[in-house]
Amino acid sequence: MQTEVFEGKLTTRARMRKFGVLLTGPGMLWLIVFLLLPTIFLMVLAFAQRGSYGSINWDFSFENLKRLVGFSSFGWSPDNLLILWRSLKIAVVTTVLCIAFGLPMAFWIANHGKSMRAFLFALIMVPSCTNLVIRTSAWMTLLGPDMFPADIARFFGIIGAGDSLYPGSFAVYIGMVSSMLPFAVLPLYTSVERLDWGIVEASRDLYAGPIRTFYHGILSQMMPGIIASVILTLVPSLGMYVISDLLGGGKYMLIGNLIQQQFGAAMDWPFGAMLGSVLIICSVVSLIIFQRVGGKNFV
Amino acid sequence: MKSFDLQVKNVSKSFGEKAVLKGIDVFIKDGQFVTLLGPSGCGKTTLLRIIAGFEKADAGEVILSGEVISNKSPAHRPINTVFQSYALFPHLNVFNNIAFGLKSHKVPKDEIEKRVNAMMEMVNITDLKNEMPATLSGGQKQRVALARALVNEPDILLLDEPLSALDANLRKKLQVELKEVQKKTDTTFIMVTHDQDEAIAVSDRVLVMYQGAIVQDGTPEDVYEHPVNRFVATFMGECNILESERIADKLAKVAFGELVLEKDPQWAATTEGANAGKCCGGIAIRMEDIHVCTPNESFENNVFDARILERIFRGDYWELIAELPGVGNAESLKLRVMTDPDEIYNPGDNVKLYMEPQYLQVLDD
Amino acid sequence: MSKRKLPIFATVLAIIGFVLLYLPMFLVVEQSFNASKHGQSWGGFTLDWYTGLASNSMVQTTTVNTLILAVVSTLIATILGTLLAIGIHRTPWGKKVGYFYDMSINVPVVTPDILMAIALVSVFALFRSWTSVFDPGMLTMTIAHVTLEISFVVLVVQSRLVSIGKDQIEAARDLYASTAGAWFRVIIPQLSTAIISGALLAFTLSLDDFILSFFTSGPDSQTLPLYIYGSLKRGVSPQIHALSSIIFGLTLFIMILMVLKGIRKERKLLKLTQSPKG
Repeated sequence: MQTEVFEGKLTTRARMRKFGVLLTGPGMLWLIVFLLLPTIFLMVLAFAQRGSYGSINWDFSFENLKRLVGFSSFGWSPDNLLILWRSLKIAVVTTVLCIAFGLPMAFWIANHGKSMRAFLFALIMVPSCTNLVIRTSAWMTLLGPDMFPADIARFFGIIGAGDSLYPGSFAVYIGMVSSMLPFAVLPLYTSVERLDWGIVEASRDLYAGPIRTFYHGILSQMMPGIIASVILTLVPSLGMYVISDLLGGGKYMLIGNLIQQQFGAAMDWPFGAMLGSVLIICSVVSLIIFQRVGGKNFV
Repeated sequence: MKSFDLQVKNVSKSFGEKAVLKGIDVFIKDGQFVTLLGPSGCGKTTLLRIIAGFEKADAGEVILSGEVISNKSPAHRPINTVFQSYALFPHLNVFNNIAFGLKSHKVPKDEIEKRVNAMMEMVNITDLKNEMPATLSGGQKQRVALARALVNEPDILLLDEPLSALDANLRKKLQVELKEVQKKTDTTFIMVTHDQDEAIAVSDRVLVMYQGAIVQDGTPEDVYEHPVNRFVATFMGECNILESERIADKLAKVAFGELVLEKDPQWAATTEGANAGKCCGGIAIRMEDIHVCTPNESFENNVFDARILERIFRGDYWELIAELPGVGNAESLKLRVMTDPDEIYNPGDNVKLYMEPQYLQVLDD
Repeated sequence: MSKRKLPIFATVLAIIGFVLLYLPMFLVVEQSFNASKHGQSWGGFTLDWYTGLASNSMVQTTTVNTLILAVVSTLIATILGTLLAIGIHRTPWGKKVGYFYDMSINVPVVTPDILMAIALVSVFALFRSWTSVFDPGMLTMTIAHVTLEISFVVLVVQSRLVSIGKDQIEAARDLYASTAGAWFRVIIPQLSTAIISGALLAFTLSLDDFILSFFTSGPDSQTLPLYIYGSLKRGVSPQIHALSSIIFGLTLFIMILMVLKGIRKERKLLKLTQSPKG
């Protein structure tokens, strides 16, 4: 085989690749055994049936898919589709809110001196070192009837006397945004730092209006960052159920809860696997869309 | 004593479909300061990287002191490189950057100390010994990069646009230093640059490259005064190119008259188009070589009447644009002329221009 | 980027965003000093919850488990992830193989945790029919955490490798270093900060995780988040708040130290660039 020079070393492409396989081998092996295989297994499992006492009956059929869209021996019910719809709604609203807060945060951080910027950026990540469950339980207390957020809401007449903000959908959104926000800000901040302000100034010259300047000069440049931000918030939000569980007071069944139930109390792994497979397909499809529209990596 | 002559034999290289080098043949004698000069994309950097060993030629050989080194890795070639980006190691201080190559060769510690110190003295960076690269200015980085390569006493030093990142004043100063260091170390320097002034200032020999081939090879004076074709003539500095036709021995016709030449142009007869059957080609004359005659001067030939159209102040000289009477398009009847700052000609003035035959350079094309 | 005027509403939104992030943290800290145990009201200052930590064996065991899990999984993920990043970056892979690697790294980053959890639980159940090694416990949890962390480490290290550039290794080779020498003397030292930040990110992910642990843990491998989740119905014990405050304080402290160091370095650079040099 033809020799070539790679990084100042005379070698063949085949030899470099052999060495590359050696380096990536352990990590790829890990990902294949503990990520790819399990995912494939899950998708196979999705077409099996639940046996007695939670065992698995390897009888392949589309039964689980039918159940997912609501058909059962008792006829059609919209329950599962409603859960899917509700999960989607919460994920989308959370994402929109995260971008709405994340964009100004990214600009605000970028508007500081160099080391202050590094500090504020790191400050975004610090709360994540405290476990999600602890932070969510803190919201449970914070949104209680005797705390100041409830007082403020009462002052504006949003809630009645004696009512509290928790549990309810308001509490769920607060909790979701609070925990997803760091992942939204991360890529947004990176793209604000890379902004070419020359283009912004040029569009200000041409369009004059601040809204059009923002749209043409800034948003168009930041699109890859915004898309990364949307993916990093939307997809994990789809599977998140702990927050709605704790802050929604158990009233908000989401696809995550449903999956957990199948693997827990209901002992119906195949149906849980079907629900999971649908979610996986959603994630991979959105990732491919992102790669087409945006860049290559997220960080 | 062994001589470190470098021979590049019929080297070709293409990246994908694009042929970057088309059979380069060069012989470089030990101790020369050679410049590879050309516009970006002409293949000069690729040739340098092939000599250094960072690229492998598709065909041809690189021979150093009679030994073929084409199949050796850069680590086994007695050749060092000053990179365009300097590529200083950001995690090592200046001393350790310079000592890197000696440490690779496991040179004893006290000798490393001695040689690095001597080298730092030569390039005037002794006081930067413990600085990190991030704290250095562009000029300092350049010196460290030079010291880091030279301390290994290579047979050949390659420099890839070493001064391109610096501002004009510093660049001039470092050109002089570079030349001095080359003399002191008596090492072959091969430098890549796209700046013809730089090439003229530092080198003993200039190789002008264009589209993957060496189009002219000579001393800086030679290349500047006697360009072989239109590309070299215009690339080496401001130049008037006159479209001409051979009419007799040492006589050519141009748009504004007839020119007496020093030697007979060897143009081949054109076979197609309006000029079929005629021998046509370009004649170059630099703007400083066109003389504006004073009233009492007279010459036998090559004197033409002209009218000044424009006068442009260029700092240390005036550039005049003169129009000559004749037949042809407007562009071929205009000449650019350089005059001293104290010779004042105004637009509208009628003057006589003289072109000495020895400055009329007949081009290949 | 130079300073630019931000519209007031943007500043307000940014501040609300920070409040959303930090409000729960401040409550946690406040409660850790609050003498009233269940009260949402202030019952006086106390350090009892901090001293009480020393005698709460459940908190101690789960904390130790959490830390062991975080440290071990971070170590494995950092080693595997760094090798993976180097192998992907430095090898002339074809377009298709490169795409395959890209997908394998990016998919886990955006997949909801619960999917990784149920996929692993299912396959562990399958493995258990051959060996009891995969009984729920520390091993299964470690595997799950490593799987989650690898991709993040790769992404951090990879972005650094790209910025180091090709000429560094070429310069090292030009100065007679062997391939191994070039890597150990030039690339790895420059990569070290990226490897450390990758490891820190992995560590954070492990501490923050709940869902993977929830699905893969066994009776003897209770971690802090699981313990807290289990005790939520009784209300979070102020001791948990005390512990969380300690972790929060530590991270904040380390960060401030790092920023101060950065400021000092910046000042030094500023001084150097202002003094005339040729």
